Amino acid sequence: MDNVNQNASAVSTEMVGPRGQKPTKVFSRRNIMIYGTLIVISLYYLLPLYVMVVTSLKGMPEIRLGNIFSPPVEITFQPWVKAWAEACTGLNCDGLSRGFFNSVRILVPSVILSIIIASINGYALANWRFKGAETFFTILIVGAFIPYQVMIYPIVILLREVGLYGSLTGLVIVHTIFGMPILTLLFRNYFASIPQELFKAARVDGAGFWGIYFRIMIPMSLPIFVVAMILQVTGIWNDFLFGVIYTKPDLYPMTVQLNNIVNSTQGVKEYNVNMAATILTGLVPLLVYFISGKLFVRGIAAGAVKG
Amino acid sequence: MAAARAPARWHKNISAKIAAIPMITTALVVFIGGTAWTVLYSFTSSKLLPKEKFVGLAQYDRLWSSSKWLISIENLAIYGFFSLIFSLLIGFVLAALLDQKIRFEDTFRTILLYPFALSFIVTGLAWQWILNPDFGIQHVVRSMGFENFDFDPLYNPDIVIYGILIAGLWQGTGLIMCLMLAGLRGIDEDIWKAAKIDGIPMWKTYIFIVIPMMRGIFITAIVLIASGIIKVYDLVVAQTGGGPGIASEVPAKYVYDSMFLSQNLGQGFAASTMMLVTVAIIVVPWAYLEFGGKRRG
Repeated sequence: MDNVNQNASAVSTEMVGPRGQKPTKVFSRRNIMIYGTLIVISLYYLLPLYVMVVTSLKGMPEIRLGNIFSPPVEITFQPWVKAWAEACTGLNCDGLSRGFFNSVRILVPSVILSIIIASINGYALANWRFKGAETFFTILIVGAFIPYQVMIYPIVILLREVGLYGSLTGLVIVHTIFGMPILTLLFRNYFASIPQELFKAARVDGAGFWGIYFRIMIPMSLPIFVVAMILQVTGIWNDFLFGVIYTKPDLYPMTVQLNNIVNSTQGVKEYNVNMAATILTGLVPLLVYFISGKLFVRGIAAGAVKG
Repeated sequence: MAAARAPARWHKNISAKIAAIPMITTALVVFIGGTAWTVLYSFTSSKLLPKEKFVGLAQYDRLWSSSKWLISIENLAIYGFFSLIFSLLIGFVLAALLDQKIRFEDTFRTILLYPFALSFIVTGLAWQWILNPDFGIQHVVRSMGFENFDFDPLYNPDIVIYGILIAGLWQGTGLIMCLMLAGLRGIDEDIWKAAKIDGIPMWKTYIFIVIPMMRGIFITAIVLIASGIIKVYDLVVAQTGGGPGIASEVPAKYVYDSMFLSQNLGQGFAASTMMLVTVAIIVVPWAYLEFGGKRRG
């Protein structure tokens, strides 16, 4: 606005010639350097995705003869079909579809449960501070820095005690536990930014802990729920370590099954099938990423400022 | 009086206290209890199952005389050092480029950040394919006429960790770029104007004025990269499986292998305790600087 006003007044008072900044040329040396560098780097970042797609559309003979960067001469979707429905891991030959549905069965309850628990935690911490609450919260945040490897085995024992070791339920609990620090922080900070007057008014009107949570806090914080969901969906889908430890081969999530298919030492390597399988596994987080756009960035920014 | 007040205080916020039970359980049982348990059992001779036969530091003696562990530590040091340097450097340069009021900023950012949405398994497998000596870059360059071109990091024990580094950087630099970009956006426009008036060249403004102002962002980025480095596991499993031989082993893999493949729990506990110590060495000074500093004013 200031600029517009200044220009307007300059025009009206004296018409000596062009004022303000010289219009920059599109092909200035500076622009060529900046855009050139960015384009080259972008191509480098896109390269693996391109190579994966191209490889997955070629037949094996073409892969053996050709160049991994060249586009397919003859496009075939056979590798995709095989990766999804026929690829073998161990004795099972029903492809990645098994892993996909396992991952979905892990993902849905884990995301829901972890968000419910963490949002209630955050709500209790922001609005209903009780004695010791901050201490537990601090432990939780410090816990986020403890390498998972330290806590893996005690959790194996705990799950074995309650008979959940090797089950999907057990893995859902593990995801809920390890998602808790960052999500609780996310919700606590968000709820703390909602005006306290609203909370007090609801209290005066007689609303209790749950009443305020369901009628005021949840409707007012839908964006942060979406951010939490993005964070959890990508995080849990991409998990490998917990999947391989806390489930058994029949229930392995997609990442674990993918690794077993590609890195199996038996049989002839079918690189096109491997690449199709790899893309299939990356598809869910990629879709989330491209659809959510700015919210994804907000999610990781929130994840970045731990503490 | 005091006795009469106590029940009232206990009832106060009872819903909040009940709602916080999962958090309290996680904090006390899993985070504190689990960590203490692992550290305690690292002093036992547990093999297939944990047992309470304490053997002092014997597990640590064995750990530090195991060549697999020493290679793991060396790899972690190399990977960590270069990962930290290059992540910060590349992340900052990319952020600075995107901050030049350019067009298509969103498009570039989307491209540079998408690998971060992919799992380490997908990343590792994609780069395993590109770095495959018989089909990938080496093959392509050789078939262009450079017969002596050698580039097979994943099959050469001396440089295998750099092959993993390439994939790790591809996956993770986008995140650091985003952080840095947020930091650059937080710098006051007037600083740039003042620097321009004083005739300070752009690169000097960045190094001597802007970067010192972004201290907080840099510290956050370093903590983030460092905690990622310690965790590196899936990437190695997918890309090399620790090979060739044991040339690309890392501590997190050592822990998993000891606990779940070679039935050597005690070694796993000792190795994971060493990982915990490493993290403490990094995080404690940071927490002190970050939170201790604020309290002092």
